[in-house]
Amino acid sequence: MTIAEDRTRVVGTPLPRREDPALLTGEGKYTDDIVVPGELHLAIVRSPYAHARITSVDVSAARALPGIVAAYSGADLQGEWGGPMPCAWVVTPDMKNPPHYPLAIGTVNHVGDPVAVVVGEDPYGVKDAAEAVVVEYEPLDPVVDLEDALSDRVLVHADLGTNRAYTWELTPEPDKVDRAFAEAAHVVRERYVQQRLLPSPMEPRAYLAVPQPIGGEITIYSATQIPHFVKIFAALILGIPETKVRVIAPNVGGGFGAKLEVYGEEFLCIALARKLGRPVRWTEERSETATAMIQGRAQIQDIELAADAEGRVTAVRAELIADMGGYMMLITPGIPLLGAFLYHGVYDVAAYSFKCTGVFTTKTPTDAYRGAGRPEATYAIERAIDALAREVGVDPAEIRRRNFIRSDQFPYNSPAGLVFDSGDYHAALDKALALAGYDGLRAEQQRRRETKDRSQIGIGLSSYVEMCGLAPSRVLASLNYVGGGWESSTVRVLPTGKVQVVTGTSPHGQGHETCWSMIVADELGMSTDDIEVLHGDTQIAPHGLDSYGSRSLAVGGTAVFLATQKVIAKARTIAAHQLEAAEEDLQFEGGAFSVRGTPTKSMPLAAVAFEAFTAHNLPDGMEPTLEATSTWDPPNFVFPFGTHVAVVEVDTDIGDVKLRSYTAVDDCGNQVNPLIVEGQVHGGVVQGIAQALFEEAVYDSDGNLVTATLADYLVPSAAEFPSFTLGHTVTPSPTNPMGVKGIGEAGTIASTPAVINAVVDALAPYGVRDIAMPASPWRVWKAIQEGGRQ
Amino acid sequence: MRQLEGVVRMKVSMTVNGQPQEHDVEPRLLLVDYIRRVVGLTGTNVGCDTSSCGACTVLVDGESVKSCTMLAAQARDRRITTIEGLATGDGLHPVQAAFQQHHGLQCGFCTPGMVLAAVSLISENKDLTEDDVRLGLEGNLCRCTGYHNIVKAVLAAASAGVPA
Repeated sequence: MTIAEDRTRVVGTPLPRREDPALLTGEGKYTDDIVVPGELHLAIVRSPYAHARITSVDVSAARALPGIVAAYSGADLQGEWGGPMPCAWVVTPDMKNPPHYPLAIGTVNHVGDPVAVVVGEDPYGVKDAAEAVVVEYEPLDPVVDLEDALSDRVLVHADLGTNRAYTWELTPEPDKVDRAFAEAAHVVRERYVQQRLLPSPMEPRAYLAVPQPIGGEITIYSATQIPHFVKIFAALILGIPETKVRVIAPNVGGGFGAKLEVYGEEFLCIALARKLGRPVRWTEERSETATAMIQGRAQIQDIELAADAEGRVTAVRAELIADMGGYMMLITPGIPLLGAFLYHGVYDVAAYSFKCTGVFTTKTPTDAYRGAGRPEATYAIERAIDALAREVGVDPAEIRRRNFIRSDQFPYNSPAGLVFDSGDYHAALDKALALAGYDGLRAEQQRRRETKDRSQIGIGLSSYVEMCGLAPSRVLASLNYVGGGWESSTVRVLPTGKVQVVTGTSPHGQGHETCWSMIVADELGMSTDDIEVLHGDTQIAPHGLDSYGSRSLAVGGTAVFLATQKVIAKARTIAAHQLEAAEEDLQFEGGAFSVRGTPTKSMPLAAVAFEAFTAHNLPDGMEPTLEATSTWDPPNFVFPFGTHVAVVEVDTDIGDVKLRSYTAVDDCGNQVNPLIVEGQVHGGVVQGIAQALFEEAVYDSDGNLVTATLADYLVPSAAEFPSFTLGHTVTPSPTNPMGVKGIGEAGTIASTPAVINAVVDALAPYGVRDIAMPASPWRVWKAIQEGGRQ
Repeated sequence: MRQLEGVVRMKVSMTVNGQPQEHDVEPRLLLVDYIRRVVGLTGTNVGCDTSSCGACTVLVDGESVKSCTMLAAQARDRRITTIEGLATGDGLHPVQAAFQQHHGLQCGFCTPGMVLAAVSLISENKDLTEDDVRLGLEGNLCRCTGYHNIVKAVLAAASAGVPA
C-alpha cells in the first residue's frame, strides 16, 4: 500500500486552521498595523446634531496648528467626487435616493455625519486639530420615531417632500390571502419591534491609501469585506482608471455585514492621498464606529397568521416599516427584501403577502448586519407561531410539526416564489428536542409553576430556514440589484508540484484558506500543506464578488472545486499523451494518473505539472502550464435550516434572565470543516442572543445615540453564556456539486426568537405574551408586575 | 511617530519582551500607542476607547493590563510582555496552541489580548472551573467565537499545566 492510497479524505474532518499561528503571535497584519513611510493621519469632524443646516465651516485655526498639513470642509472637496456615494440596490423605480458625499454639504442628517477633515503628521495631533475646526449649525427638528417619520410631520430631506423612500410588495395571489383570513378558525395578529443594533466588529474601520504620484496608481489597504467592490466604486466615484486602483484587504477583524460597505471615509483617504501626494491613513475610534458605521435591524413588523381549527397555517401576511436612517448606503434598501421571502418560515403555507415601506429618519444609515433581513423574518414567524400555539392550545413543538414543509415536498415551491432546495425539518426538530431533554424540561417547568418557585424556567423553540449563498445573478437582476452573484477561482499547479489557489472570496475570520485548501487537497490527492490560498488583493485575485450573505463556500468554494476539476481534466490529457494511453483508460487516484489494469504505468500530478511547465512534450495545440479558472453562478440559493432550543431561568423577583442552556441543531448540508461550522454556529448564536437580551442602539428624542461606546452598548462577554450543545443533520443541497450550504448567519437567524420565546414561555403564568428586546431585567420585571395585575 | 516642535516630551524606559526600550514621548501617550507606534509591535490591537474591549491587553510584570488604561510614562521600569513575546521557543506557547487546537479564534483581532488575559488568569489560579474562566475573561470581548471555544481552549491549557 502506498502512502497515497492510505490517506483518507480531509474534507469533513475538524482540521485546525492554518490562519491561526500568524494571528496568535501578532504576526498577522490588520490595516492599522501596516506602516508606510511618510504617512499622514486623517481625523474627521462629525456632526453633533441629528439634523441641522451647516451655516459655516472654518478650518483656519486647525490648519495653523503644528504638524497639520491640510484641513477641508465638504464644500472644499466637492470637486473631488465624480458622483454621490453609491447605492447598488434601487429596489423600486421610484425609490428616493437622496445624494450624499464623503463630507456633508448643506445639511447633516445624523449624529456622526462627517462635516470636515483634518490631515497631519501625527495621530494625536490631528485629533487636537479636529477640535479646533469651528462649525456653525442651524439645528432642525430630528426624526427619530418610525411612525412619526411616515407621517411626514418633519421631513428629513425637505426636497423629497416625503420621508417614505419606497414601498415594495410581494403578494402573488391577493384574493387567496383575503379568502384564507376570511375563512380562518384562528387568526393571530402580532406587532414586533426589531431594535437597532450596532454590528460592532472588534476591529474598527481602518483605511490606508498609498499613492504613486508619478504614474497615478493608488493602493488602498482596507478593513473591508468587499475589496473588489471598493475598487470598482473608487474608480467610478473618484474618476481613477480601474487599472490604476489596487485594493488590499489584509487581515480583517470581523465584519458581520458592516464592512460590506463603501464608506466616505475610505474615499476621503484616497482623494487626499492623491491630492497631497502622500499616504493617508484613517483608523476610527469606537465612538465613531458607533455613529458612522452602518447599523442593523431597525424595523417594525406587523405579522398576521390565518389558521384552521387544528392550527394549520393557511396564510401569512407581513407588513414592515424599515428604518433606512439618513441616507441609502450600498444595499440599505434591499435588506428587508432579503427577508421578504421568508415570513412563512419553515411552514407549508399556501397564501402569502409581504409589504415593506422604507423610511428615512435622522439616524445613522442601516444596512446589512449578520443575517440581513432573514433574522427579522425568522423572528416574526417564530414568535407568531408560538402565539398561534397558545391560541390553539397545543405545545410549541406540536404546532411546528403540524405545519412543517415535509421532507417529501422538496424541492419545495414556496408561496413567495422561491424553490427551497432540500430539507428535513422534522428530523432537526426531533434531534434538538432529544438533545435538550425537552420532555424533562417541560416537567421541571410544571413543577416550578406549581410550587410558585421564584426562579421560573422558560423553554423556547426556533425552527428556521434561510436563503443564502448569494446569489443567482438573474434573480438579483429581478430584484433590481446592480451586481451579479457569481464567484471566481483559479487553481494553478506550480512547476514544483505545489498548488496555488486564488479565490475571489474575502475572508475576515471564516477560515477560507483552510477550507479551500481542504477541498483542493482531496480532489488532487495532496496534502493541504502543499496548497496555498491567495485572496483579498485585487491584483492577485482580479475577479471576485467577496464575502457576505453566507455565500463563500456555496458559491466561492464551488468555484474552487470546479476549477480543480478543470485542472484535473487538462492534466489527464497531458498524462494520457505522456503515458501513450487513451484518456478514458486513465484513473486519477491519490494524486497520480495510472492506466487501468497496468498500475506500473503511472504519472504523478507533480510530474504532469512539470511537463506542462517545460512544454517539451505536450499534445499538439495544447497551451503550456497547468492552471484553470472557474466562475460559478449558482442556479439557486441554498437553504440551511435547523431547530434551536433555548432554556432560560427568570428570577421573577428582580427580572433577571439567565440563559441556562442552549441547544442548536443545524443542517448546512455537507460540511467541509466541522470545527469551523461549529465556530460559526457558536458565534452566530451569541450575536442573536445579544439582540434578545443585551444590545440596543438607543436614541434619545433629539436623535442622539446614547449608547455610543462599548461601556454603554452591551456587547456581551463570556460571563453571560453557558457552553452550548450542538448537533447537526446532513441534507445535501442538490444545487451545487459538493452539496454544501452556508452556515455563517444561521446561528444569528435562529437564536433571537428562541430566547425571546423562552422568556415569554417562562412568564406565561403571569399573563405575559410579549416582551420588547432586549429583554432587560427592568423590562422583564415590569412585564411581570403589569401582567400580574391582570 | 513624528516629533513635532513645541510639544513637551518626557523620557520613558521599560523592557518590552525582554528588550530594554528608552524613548522621548509625549506625556499623554498611551502605553498601547507606545507599543504599537514607537516600539513598532503591532500585535497589540486597539478595539475601543473606553477600556471596555480588552483587545489591547498586555502583561505588565506578568499580570494582564489593558494597555489603553496606562500611559507609557506609567510603565517606567516595568516589564511588558506583548503577544509577540509570549512564545519563547520556535513553536506556539501552550495557550496559543490550545487556541488553535480548539478553534478559539476567528478574525483574530481580540485574540492577542484574550490569550494574554488567559495566561494571566491561569497563572493566578491553577484549578480553574468553567465559571472561573468565563468570569475571569469578562473584560475581553470577542464578536466572532461566542466564547465557547475560547473557554474550552483555556480550560484545556490550564489542565495541561501551562508554565507561568
